[in-house]
Amino acid sequence: MLKIESLSKTFGKGSNNEKLALNKVNLSLQEGEFVTIIGGNGAGKSTLLNCISGVDETDEGRIILDSVDVTFFPEYKRSVRIGRVFQNPLRGTAYDMTIEENLAIAFAKGKPTGLRPGMTKKDSLLFKEKLELLDLGLEKRMHQKVGLLSGGQRQALTLLMATIVKPKILLLDEHTAALDPTIARKVLNLTRKIVHEEKLCTLMITHNMKASLELGTRTIILHEGQIIMDFQGQERSNMTVDRLIEQFEKRSGAELDNDRMLLG
Amino acid sequence: MTFLVLKGSFELGIIYAIMALGVFISFRTLNIPDLSVDGSFVLGAAVSVVMSSGGRPLLGLLIAFIAGCGAGSITALLHTKLKIQPLLAGILTMLALYSLNLKVMGGRANIPLINKATVFSVLEKTALGNYSKLILSLAILLLMLFFLYLFLNTRLGFVLRATGDNDHMVRALGVNTDFVILMGLAISNGLVALSGALIAQSQSYVDIGMGIGMVIIGLASVIIGEVIFGTKSLLRRLIAVVLGAILYRLIIAFALEIGMPSTDLKLVSAVIVALAMAMPVIKKRLSLVKRKLAVTNHEGRQKG
Repeated sequence: MLKIESLSKTFGKGSNNEKLALNKVNLSLQEGEFVTIIGGNGAGKSTLLNCISGVDETDEGRIILDSVDVTFFPEYKRSVRIGRVFQNPLRGTAYDMTIEENLAIAFAKGKPTGLRPGMTKKDSLLFKEKLELLDLGLEKRMHQKVGLLSGGQRQALTLLMATIVKPKILLLDEHTAALDPTIARKVLNLTRKIVHEEKLCTLMITHNMKASLELGTRTIILHEGQIIMDFQGQERSNMTVDRLIEQFEKRSGAELDNDRMLLG
Repeated sequence: MTFLVLKGSFELGIIYAIMALGVFISFRTLNIPDLSVDGSFVLGAAVSVVMSSGGRPLLGLLIAFIAGCGAGSITALLHTKLKIQPLLAGILTMLALYSLNLKVMGGRANIPLINKATVFSVLEKTALGNYSKLILSLAILLLMLFFLYLFLNTRLGFVLRATGDNDHMVRALGVNTDFVILMGLAISNGLVALSGALIAQSQSYVDIGMGIGMVIIGLASVIIGEVIFGTKSLLRRLIAVVLGAILYRLIIAFALEIGMPSTDLKLVSAVIVALAMAMPVIKKRLSLVKRKLAVTNHEGRQKG
């Protein structure tokens, strides 16, 4: 479904703080695969997702999504095939518009924008059904502005918006990191449910090692812009957080610098 | 205030309301402070007077609208394609329009329309008589309001509103925000130019300086409307903007009536907008001061 070939990205080329964020990364995802990504600060996790979604331009390499080479597509053009949830809950929704209007924009993804009505009665009923599945009571607040929602409710809504038109790939960039633990768990469970039901090909960055092993079918570890570990199947189900840290330090020759990652 | 003054204020207010709707689109919907308004207002006025001189007042309104759309597009392209800050992009367009407007006006700084038909003078000969300005302006305003409301409820209108809130989200949902901003600023400046065109025909006069501070008048109308009439639903917001524009004219008329020199108009407009924009801060400070006073009073009483 997704094929990344020798992808490189350097920030601030030629300047003092030149930073190689991605170093010839190769990655291939099958249909329906749910991959969790972990790595320390500055390992290139977000850059990888930003290069796939087109927020960052790449320096080298190719990105092939569902057999289409999207390397040189602008962000908005790729977005038609990609669903995204960001770390910042403010980034995924329009605060001054109602819940159903937000969903309507998401639902129109990939359809001609044009001058037809932004939302029909039928759409509204569908949105209601979908919101009920979130189990947050949002179906009763469809006419309220999104600005009134909590961070967790917004992330759940963004997740629904990212998947209401089935994407070829779902990109989740630490989408529960800014939430308190209870609602974070709820959003993670929702993620698991939606990805499973829709059989979505998913890339999820997380700082929570436990979650990275519990969720999904495959885990990759990034370090200094390279994938240093990639495991699935039996190897993955036998993996524990302790063994993961041990292996990480052996392979990277570095200590895990991220307290947040260990504690999470 | 005499009836005539009142009627005149309403006429002006209704025509300026069209401009305020344009400012509403750029400032509120797209969240872009677009200063090209000052130039596109005169552009519309110039085009409409030149066309009226040629005996085509109605066509003049249409061409003025289209010319305004063009001016807005330039600002949008400067901002989206060349990544110039929106404020600067608007100023650049405004500056360029100054020369362009003079060109449209054949190098003259002002043109009066003497003994030429305007859309209003044509109607004055019918049964509408003295009310022709009021009624025609109102009809055009309502038409614009209607179309704008319909437009903002289309798919394109939805993304237009969302782009001002959160352009990241709109791009993540597969829409080209550059195009959305182009559309929005084009429509915004089109409305502004149409308003300028109507003002010029109603006064039978165009002056190169008539657009100065227009963006502030538009903003003042938007803010006054929002504060007094609310922002609950989209329709309510649009109507609030219109009523704000009319109210602004009434305030100005009243100020002139009680003896304010008309040369102070722009100063007063600037103060109104500055105060209105500062409202949230002022409210916050006031409530803090109140709390402080309450605490000191309380402590004072305990000591005493």
